[in-house]
Amino acid sequence: MADQPTQRGRVRPAPENFLTETEITAVKEGRRDFLRNAFITASAALTGSGIARAADGDPNILTLPPWTTSLGQPVAARPYGLPSQYEKGLQRRESPGLTRMPQVSVAFTPLQGLFGIITPSGLHFERHHQGWADIDPSKHRLMVHGTDNGFVKQPKVYTVDDILRLPPVSRMHFIECGANTGMEWGNVAVPTVQYSHGMLSCSEFTGVPLRLILEDCGIDWKKAKYVLAEGADGSSMTRTIPIEMVQSDEVLVAYGQNGEMLRPENGYPLRLVVPGVQGVSWVKWLRRIEVGDKPWATKDEAIHYIDLMPDGQHRQYTSVQECKSVITTPSGGQILLDKGFYNISGLAWSGRGKIKRVDVSTDGGINWRPARVEGPVNAKCLTRFNIDWVWDGKPAILQSRALDDTGYVQPGYGQLRAVRGTKSIYHNNAIQSWKVTESGEVSNVQVL
Amino acid sequence: MFRFSKPSLGGAIALALATLTANSALADGKYAGIGRSATRAEIHAWDIDVRPDFKGLRPGSGSVDQGQEVWEAKCASCHGSFGESNEVHTPLIGGTTKDDIKTGHVLSLVKGDAPQRSAIMKVATVSTLFDYINRAMPLTAPKSLSNDEVYALVAYLLNLAEIVPGDFVLTDKNIAEAQARMPNRNGMNTDHGMWPGATAAKGGIGNGGKPDVKNTACMSNCKTEVKVASLLPVYAETAHGNLAEQNRPVGPVRGKDTSGKAATPVAPAPLSENATASKLASDSGCMACHGVASKIVGPGYNEVAAKYKGQADAETKLVAKVKAGGQGAWGAIPMPPQGQLKDADIRSLVKWIMSGAKAQ
Ligand code: HEC
Ligand code: HEC
Repeated sequence: MADQPTQRGRVRPAPENFLTETEITAVKEGRRDFLRNAFITASAALTGSGIARAADGDPNILTLPPWTTSLGQPVAARPYGLPSQYEKGLQRRESPGLTRMPQVSVAFTPLQGLFGIITPSGLHFERHHQGWADIDPSKHRLMVHGTDNGFVKQPKVYTVDDILRLPPVSRMHFIECGANTGMEWGNVAVPTVQYSHGMLSCSEFTGVPLRLILEDCGIDWKKAKYVLAEGADGSSMTRTIPIEMVQSDEVLVAYGQNGEMLRPENGYPLRLVVPGVQGVSWVKWLRRIEVGDKPWATKDEAIHYIDLMPDGQHRQYTSVQECKSVITTPSGGQILLDKGFYNISGLAWSGRGKIKRVDVSTDGGINWRPARVEGPVNAKCLTRFNIDWVWDGKPAILQSRALDDTGYVQPGYGQLRAVRGTKSIYHNNAIQSWKVTESGEVSNVQVL
Repeated sequence: MFRFSKPSLGGAIALALATLTANSALADGKYAGIGRSATRAEIHAWDIDVRPDFKGLRPGSGSVDQGQEVWEAKCASCHGSFGESNEVHTPLIGGTTKDDIKTGHVLSLVKGDAPQRSAIMKVATVSTLFDYINRAMPLTAPKSLSNDEVYALVAYLLNLAEIVPGDFVLTDKNIAEAQARMPNRNGMNTDHGMWPGATAAKGGIGNGGKPDVKNTACMSNCKTEVKVASLLPVYAETAHGNLAEQNRPVGPVRGKDTSGKAATPVAPAPLSENATASKLASDSGCMACHGVASKIVGPGYNEVAAKYKGQADAETKLVAKVKAGGQGAWGAIPMPPQGQLKDADIRSLVKWIMSGAKAQ
């Protein structure tokens, strides 16, 4: 991409470095504002690039490129397809210094470059507590039993073959780590939406409702109050799940993700799907379900994933991801190319249900306009919103505010901190603000 | 967990063989032929969880001294000899007092003055320590500890936090006594709206989803002033690599270059007079509108040179025109004023144009 400008702090050139027919018309019509703009654009464009320009227009048009004048690659040159080489900037990344060990760490999804609501499986965020493994599915088992005799009539063992024989459902849901945006409770800490909100992904999951499996084992629904889900990795992650969510058919023992099997980093061959609930409960490499009548207070519900309140008490078993949204484009660390039209785009989601509305402000929250909420709008699923914006070149602060179908309105930082302080680490669902400066630079700020 | 009155290995194996060969006998449900019954040995092998009421705890014992030995061998490298290390993780021990053991609520959490929150400051249930060490530690060899080693390690950690004395032997019989002295045993609150199951009133947890933070969907003139409470610290902008490389190279935006490389220019080879002028024309944006041998928006430089060839005052006139901008000589499209350039630079550009605008 030799044509791409690299210098900072100026309004960028348009992707093409010359004036189009319409732009020339605009000049003829005497729109001097445009002309000034065109000049800034042109001068920025040419700094150091020195592209030769043909007589009658764009050399990219006038000189046919090699891909138009030669034979291309054969089919199945890459049996498992890969993104274009020009997309390599969009990758999962760690936040430097956040964790000390790459096996006990997190890699964030590059939300700044994604479209729609589905996260490509290879870009799904990763959070492991003791590394990941690529488990041989022929050796993997799912065991179901009760804390005591009586919770299930028949403790059972299922192979992956067994699970894939059962009648499946496919559902789209978001998964968000409870600690997403956790670095920002006290102040701005990270530059881009990848690091501020990237412990968030959304997939179509295919699997068997856990309810069906528990019924196959003869569960006593009257006795059962909770289930414990456990993973087969070194950490053998365990989390307590309410029986009501299992009964409602929402909780899935999933094996499919976006049309293929789960990726190893996301729990291959089996993981629990617990819609609306923080990611740690979506136990990966699921090996065991225990039916019981009391919560377990496991390490990740008694030492971590507990929310410290200003009174010094920790909230325990906080699980639901409340309604939240974020503008992904334009967002922190990006630069607007020029004044004029932009589509502000972002994501909204609620662990309690469907997104009802998303409002967007470009003046730091003084005035708001409802955005276009794009379909499909599913419960406990990412929802894409878009809104038109003409940037006049003046400083702006972009915000989005989501409302869900329970009537809940996403809060601001001031409101959230007034109740929960700044040390809670988990469940930060505050309104995100992106500041746009006159030079077109977008950066992370917090507005009360 | 699943308790067996008298676990007998022989019996378990017999049962295992029976179930493995007689799968279809269990297919009493709707999904005939799917799954089989779990053997006792299988459940015993995997069902290792321990609840706060110690259900699931297997009998055993371990002393503080034994714990210290195992700790030094298998744990201290990462967590420090006294559980104080934050080299790989937040400290396990530290920040609790004798008084906390009495009240069951760690005071420094209330005061908010602890530099770090150690595990022992937070955890309310000793079962959690037992269960977790047993299932997951040491990090690189999880599930390698014996049951008694886990007792001993928990005893050692409790002693480091001054919850139990140095001669203490932790057993399944006295672990409840240790629980009664956990420094933050009263530090957990479940009265919130973020449990997705039944409410506390119905035997579950929490208040059934009542949100604690409320906002309203005000649409206009919602406030008079925008208070920016926090900006991105400078170090944080550059601490995450080059943001230009973390964005797509096409589209409405680009990533900001935070590589810091732009600030260290490579010493360029000296340029010829023509090359200098050619670069100046590029850098100054002239080439967006002018081709050397072709019209773009403005005339081609070859056309300009041809038009004014031999006119003595051409150079001065053109310098003035470029500086002030204007239209009419070539058509209705105006050239914007190029006043950002020094007069001397404009003059050398015009000279270069008139001399044929050669690249070298
Ligand atoms: C190779 C380094 C390493 C060794 C050795 C190790 N640990 Fe850990 N330990 C960790 C890490 C990393 C975590 C955090 C895991 C997570 O985030 O899920 C941890 C977590 C813990 C915790 C939970 C506290 C918390 O804040 O998460 C306890 C308790 C613990 N270790 C005890 C032990 C004991 C006992 C041993 C020795 C048998 C041991 N560890 C050996 C690295 C280690
Ligand atoms: C935004 C487009 C644009 C840019 C940028 C631009 N020009 Fe021009 N230029 C024009 C147009 C249009 C004309 C024709 C004006 C007219 O018809 O009088 C022109 C005319 C000229 C002429 C001939 C003037 C005349 O009266 O015959 C010269 C010489 C010239 N430009 C040099 C430059 C130089 C040197 C630069 C860079 C410092 C520059 N231009 C930048 C659009 C541009």
